[in-house]
Amino acid sequence: MAATNRRTFLQLAGAAGAVSAFGLAGCQPQGAPRVVVIGGGFGGATAARYLKKFDPGIEVTLIEPKRQFTTCPFSNLYLGGIRSLESITFGYDNLRDDDDVIVVHERAVGIDAEARTVTTDGGGTFPYDRLIVSPGIAFRYEETPGYDVAAAELAPHAWNGGPQTRLLHDQIRAMEDGGVVIVAPPANPFRCPPGPYERASMIAHYLKYNKPKSKILILDAKDSFSKQALFEEGWALHYGDMIEWIPRSGDGKVVAVDAAGRTAITEFARHKAAVLNYIPQQRAADIAVSAGLVNALGWCPIDYPTFESTLVPGVHVLGDAAIVDDMPKSGNAANTQAKVCAAAVADLLAGREPGVPTTTNTCYSLVAPMHGISVTAVYRLTDKGYRGKAGSGGLSPLGEGPKFRAAEARYARGWYGNITNDIWSRT
Amino acid sequence: MIRKRSALRATACAAAVGLPLAALPAAAEDMAKPELLAANCFNCHGPNGESLGTVPELAGIPASLLIRNLREFKSDTKIATIMNRIAKGYSDAEIEAIARYIERVNQ
Repeated sequence: MAATNRRTFLQLAGAAGAVSAFGLAGCQPQGAPRVVVIGGGFGGATAARYLKKFDPGIEVTLIEPKRQFTTCPFSNLYLGGIRSLESITFGYDNLRDDDDVIVVHERAVGIDAEARTVTTDGGGTFPYDRLIVSPGIAFRYEETPGYDVAAAELAPHAWNGGPQTRLLHDQIRAMEDGGVVIVAPPANPFRCPPGPYERASMIAHYLKYNKPKSKILILDAKDSFSKQALFEEGWALHYGDMIEWIPRSGDGKVVAVDAAGRTAITEFARHKAAVLNYIPQQRAADIAVSAGLVNALGWCPIDYPTFESTLVPGVHVLGDAAIVDDMPKSGNAANTQAKVCAAAVADLLAGREPGVPTTTNTCYSLVAPMHGISVTAVYRLTDKGYRGKAGSGGLSPLGEGPKFRAAEARYARGWYGNITNDIWSRT
Repeated sequence: MIRKRSALRATACAAAVGLPLAALPAAAEDMAKPELLAANCFNCHGPNGESLGTVPELAGIPASLLIRNLREFKSDTKIATIMNRIAKGYSDAEIEAIARYIERVNQ
């Protein structure tokens, strides 16, 4: 955008600020408040859509480099052979054509919080009154000797949707019967806490019918994991002793990787795999780091009611990159956070005090194609952050029969269809 | 100011649905807006409660029936896989607000 546009914008922004106590309804059309959203995943695309829903008068620009978004949720079903990659890939036509969002397929490379502009790798400059950043995660490659971007082509993390997921899928298809698949989850916090264990389940489903002499070894940097008892109950039922879990206290933590040798190295042992799925430690994505939105641990602290950064005014952060105690880093959590953030941003731009926030999380995992389990929570904001409301939420019961598990497996698919339809288009 | 306005809105709302004022929970003024409460249903039930299948559709269901179902899930007199756990997270006033919003937005 030209510099004159930027100056004009700043004048308009000043004018808008001056009248904000009375709302913006009386402003000239070009005075419409502008929100830029960085990231077209579960958080960002939801925020863009619900901003227009809550206040159609806001000009919303979504900046997302990918034209097609492949989700991490349900990527494990692709690994298990019960879902195509195409069926978990979506577009942005609905946002552009139905919701009147300006969709820009470029990468955001800079945020100027003083001038209130975002710059992109395409050379664009996008002014904003408020910015929403939902950039997802990046990997702390520096934490693991032997593991970097090149090593990930040999030992895929497959923890971002798309090419990495396809690589892991193809390696599992190519391996010989009798091989070992290592899944190595990171320590908390990380994206999708039950994800590695659903992944082990879905790979086991594929191996059970195609390469039944094979094994799955989970080398864990933790001593417990999400939905653990439910997963272990289901593994015993469906896969016998095919899946072995080694906790951190049992020398499970991978401290180095020999990617070419497909070998995971723990403190006291070397584990050779046919397929090595190493999932590294994580932090907020690069744009959050370069914009000064992260704390010393690499995540973004926020004001809970509005998701506005506590470090950079005018910038809101949500989804996996943000610290939203006690919500997990999940697509569903990002979707509900985005709705709260969109409502708060609409309120702030109209000069209203933001309303009371409310968020939820519903997370299904498949242990087998017709064996679903879930955890859910309804969150209230307390002075310590978002907390599950007492007496509500929680896990699927242990010891339920096949009818209950099959119902949750069907609901998992129903949830996926509906949440993706709440966000993206099929085209 | 804001709190007072919210309380007034809640009062008007209660009057409109014919509830005795005493039935309003004390915390009603701290309730999230109906469109935000209901938006948290749409991640499973689809935008505006229009479901593509499997998960029950909310669009087109009268508020009175949604309220009854949610109260029955909350009290475990109606059993589902996950809705009993979720309904317990909402006050009666929130259930009313959600049901009326979903009815209204689909009319």
